[in-house]
Amino acid sequence: MKRYFHKELNDLKNKLILLGEKSNEIARLAMDGLLENDIEKVNKAAGMDDYLDDLEQEISYACIRYISLRAPVSSDLRLIFVALKASRDFERIGDEAHSITRKSSKILINDGKLSEQFNLQEMSNLACQLIKDAISCFVEEDLEKAFAVLKKDREIDTINQKHFELISDISMQEKISDPTRFNTLLISKSIERMGDHAKNIAREVIFLLSKE
Amino acid sequence: MSLDIQVKPAEAGSKVLPPEVIKIRNLDFSYGESQALFDISMDVYEKEVTAFIGPSGCGKSTFLRCFNRMNDLIDIAKIKSGTIKISDVDIYDEEIDVIELRKHVGMVFQKSNPFPKSIYDNIAYGMRIQGIKKSSELDSTVESCLKSAALWGEVKDRLNESALGLSGGQQQRLCIARALAVKPKILLMDEPCSALDPIATAKVEELIHELKKNYTIVVVTHNMQQAARVSDRTAFFYLGRLIEYGPTEQIFMNPENSQTEAYVSGRFG
Repeated sequence: MKRYFHKELNDLKNKLILLGEKSNEIARLAMDGLLENDIEKVNKAAGMDDYLDDLEQEISYACIRYISLRAPVSSDLRLIFVALKASRDFERIGDEAHSITRKSSKILINDGKLSEQFNLQEMSNLACQLIKDAISCFVEEDLEKAFAVLKKDREIDTINQKHFELISDISMQEKISDPTRFNTLLISKSIERMGDHAKNIAREVIFLLSKE
Repeated sequence: MSLDIQVKPAEAGSKVLPPEVIKIRNLDFSYGESQALFDISMDVYEKEVTAFIGPSGCGKSTFLRCFNRMNDLIDIAKIKSGTIKISDVDIYDEEIDVIELRKHVGMVFQKSNPFPKSIYDNIAYGMRIQGIKKSSELDSTVESCLKSAALWGEVKDRLNESALGLSGGQQQRLCIARALAVKPKILLMDEPCSALDPIATAKVEELIHELKKNYTIVVVTHNMQQAARVSDRTAFFYLGRLIEYGPTEQIFMNPENSQTEAYVSGRFG
């Protein structure tokens, strides 16, 4: 039997999907801004973070309201917990993107040149694809896709590890600090964290679908 | 004195609140020497569901029965002071026709109480008393009331069968349909689901949600989850006093009073 308040769960799902899409958009904009030397895109991404924060707050409130007033159980309750945790992860993706915009601004103001030794383009593509997959495994209730996200995240971790080793080697040889290089490493770390958040979301979807 | 309910629109610039239909001010009520309600003041808003919650004996059913003067049937029951106005008419005014009042303020009880008559006659009964004899008018009202009570689909092929043959949940919805037949503006429900199973309860709750589009509903319930699910506003009573009254969201998520907090979170007693 469909109850009138089940619509509230659909609204909640839709808000979570919207938050996911916006977090993907901000991540893509932040990285494209840096890689395409486009300060407008960087600024646009920086301006989106508050919207994500507000949306996450809205979702949290809707979850607590639903628990308080509707006493959900079973799959409804699992969905509420997934929405609470996944929205936090999407919001953190926004925070990482915002952090990237700050570093990107510094890089672009200085000279805008990134060392070709850093594979940020591939890393960024992988992270954005991972966020997209995390959203679609939730929307399509696709367990297989959720497990694939967990695997793909390792590729991002590997690239980040290489960046870290590269910086260590260069720093040992040159013994001078280069702010651009340092900021690039921090950006690499932020992208790696985005992948981690996408992985967390996939884990939540696995919990939702497999009940484990 | 007319009880035609014509509510005033909200004042310009005021907070977007529906108009008040029932206004209770400083109500003191007693059974003989024993005071049951103390200084109660509150407003019930149009086309909203208002829930009364509180432990047994807190006075919520007594308070509900004040709205259609059902307490008049108890000899020792008496309003000591205060007023209850429905659409700005004092319903305890000497000139009030109580039968007329009860047409405007329908009531559904804890235990379903269909008449030992056919399903059709249960609905048509009130209208026949009002002098309506035309069968086409009776037929259409019976049908529309049963539809409003979400019962038409289940009984349309057996309208002439006894109402006592219906299930408990169906009987309760029939009683709601019967109350609707005399075109009330306000529906009082005194623990309407306490004798029903979860599926029948869900159907009555769905019905309450639908009915509030056209009626102002006041429901007494012991089931706090039900109050949370169906109502727009909730009033918590304890020992005959109104402890807290506000939007249901506030009462269940962030009550201001520590007694309300203890009651809704099950830490009471």
